Amino acid sequence: MTAISPAVDQFELDYAAARRSALRINTISTFLFVVCFLSAAWIGGFFDMTDVTLANGERVSMWKIWAGLPRLGEYLYKTLPVLHWDTLGADIANWFWRWQVWLELLIETILIAYLATLLGVVGAFLLSFPASRNLAPSAFVLNLTRRYLEIVRTVPELVWALIFVICFGVGPLAGVLAIGLHATGALGKLYSEANENADMRPVQGIKASGGSWFDQIRYGIVPQVVPNIISYTLLRFEINVRASSIIGFVGAGGLGQEIRVAMSLQEYTDLSALFVIIFVTVILIDMISEKVRHQIIGLTGKGV
Amino acid sequence: MLVVEQLSKVFGDLTAVESVSLAIPEGQMVGIIGRSGAGKSTLLRMINRLSDPTHGSIVNEGRDITALKGRDLRLWRASCAMIFQQFNLVERMDVLTNVMVGRIAHTGFARSMLKSFTDEDRALAIQALDRLDLVPQALQRAGTLSGGQQQRVAIAKALVQNPRIMLADEPIASLDPANATRVMEALRQINKADGLTVLVNLHTLDTARAYCDRIVAMRAGKVHFDGTPEALTTDRVRAIYGTDTLGDDIDEAVTSTSLSPVSSRQPKQAVGA
Repeated sequence: MTAISPAVDQFELDYAAARRSALRINTISTFLFVVCFLSAAWIGGFFDMTDVTLANGERVSMWKIWAGLPRLGEYLYKTLPVLHWDTLGADIANWFWRWQVWLELLIETILIAYLATLLGVVGAFLLSFPASRNLAPSAFVLNLTRRYLEIVRTVPELVWALIFVICFGVGPLAGVLAIGLHATGALGKLYSEANENADMRPVQGIKASGGSWFDQIRYGIVPQVVPNIISYTLLRFEINVRASSIIGFVGAGGLGQEIRVAMSLQEYTDLSALFVIIFVTVILIDMISEKVRHQIIGLTGKGV
Repeated sequence: MLVVEQLSKVFGDLTAVESVSLAIPEGQMVGIIGRSGAGKSTLLRMINRLSDPTHGSIVNEGRDITALKGRDLRLWRASCAMIFQQFNLVERMDVLTNVMVGRIAHTGFARSMLKSFTDEDRALAIQALDRLDLVPQALQRAGTLSGGQQQRVAIAKALVQNPRIMLADEPIASLDPANATRVMEALRQINKADGLTVLVNLHTLDTARAYCDRIVAMRAGKVHFDGTPEALTTDRVRAIYGTDTLGDDIDEAVTSTSLSPVSSRQPKQAVGA
């Protein structure tokens, strides 16, 4: 046996200390997490009690979440259409009785999403460079663009839509602006994070050749982040289709107005028909965008 | 004549370059050697103005480089082309466009943003690529090329900048011996045929001896030796690399990246210092 060198002893001490500190941090963070979780659930009403009458007439007190769950089933059951095998065609026609109006509104919904995504992409692309920590020309510009992007994305689309309906009247224009503004903020954040992850060596290469700030971005950053930008943009388009099918609630165009009418008039089967339409549309867009993305990223060679 | 006067660079507590003064006549090929962290890269980066000196001045042909700003600064960077150890090409862009980036300082904003270079620029780029035997790869993406090819693309890009000075920051450190020789031959040819001043950081002593007219050795941010390759004796080498603890001589063959160290070792005429 050779004598153990002092370095090994020191290592054992350091290792034990590191273990102790890791254990302490884990215990404290687990405790904090549980406390936060329980208090959030409590504030959120998860532990609220409610009185219910059982089938035998007895009244008991039970957790709201258990009492309410059956009602969800009842509601969804009401929205199901009655379909018979022998009269299937007629029943479906009856289910989608307003299909002409709905198709028109669906097209409007997709167009709102398309135009809004376009506005969002242009705004977010231009603003993402001054909003990237590694590219911003100065701390002032960085903070200014970041705060702007934060503000426009913190305000929900529905609130922007309400404001724009007051400004520009009822119709798709308000919807496009509302979703476009929110998309600018959301995409700007994602784009700028892609920029921050980009390799800075090409940028230095451009700079050393006498390239300006714009040249460094155009040649050093843009070719690197294009696949990311495409992915985020297509994802945003899907999100915008969902958003534009809701903002009709406040009169900003699209299918949302029909959903609102069906809900307030308690036309349950209309609701399920509209849900099916939106569901199918989102699935289709998802499939197409995946194809498009792979096509483009495949062509440029490298993945994200 | 490129004159560096009392140049220093301080990063926080660390003085990377300390009061370096050098006078480099036009057309000289200077090898800068020294341990990692001796300040070689920082010195070259300050000359290109990629990083700003903390103290001191750089004067080229009587013009103060340290005070340049905006467009003048970008034109200066273009006129002293820089080559990097890691090539720093835009890997997702084709070779030709990477080379045409060398014309960027002379291209207007709109043209540059649209990647619409003039026919002259394209011709210059192709000529430069031809000189480095890279025309067949011109339309490939730079990332698909081997290290040696990428470094030669970087040299082609540096050439179309139409520079008077070429700065190479460890250009062969990531390359195998055959490619290292090609890259060093290309630099030598640029130095001899075009008369460009070449400053090259190296950490292989025999390469510095074989290719350079003058060797500058740095240690801990200071110039420790400045003279001809012949004047660089074993004792001096040991002082530069601080190998007292190793006890033995430094065997230059260990760090060598040349294919045939003996044949490439030609006596050089002393020009500098």
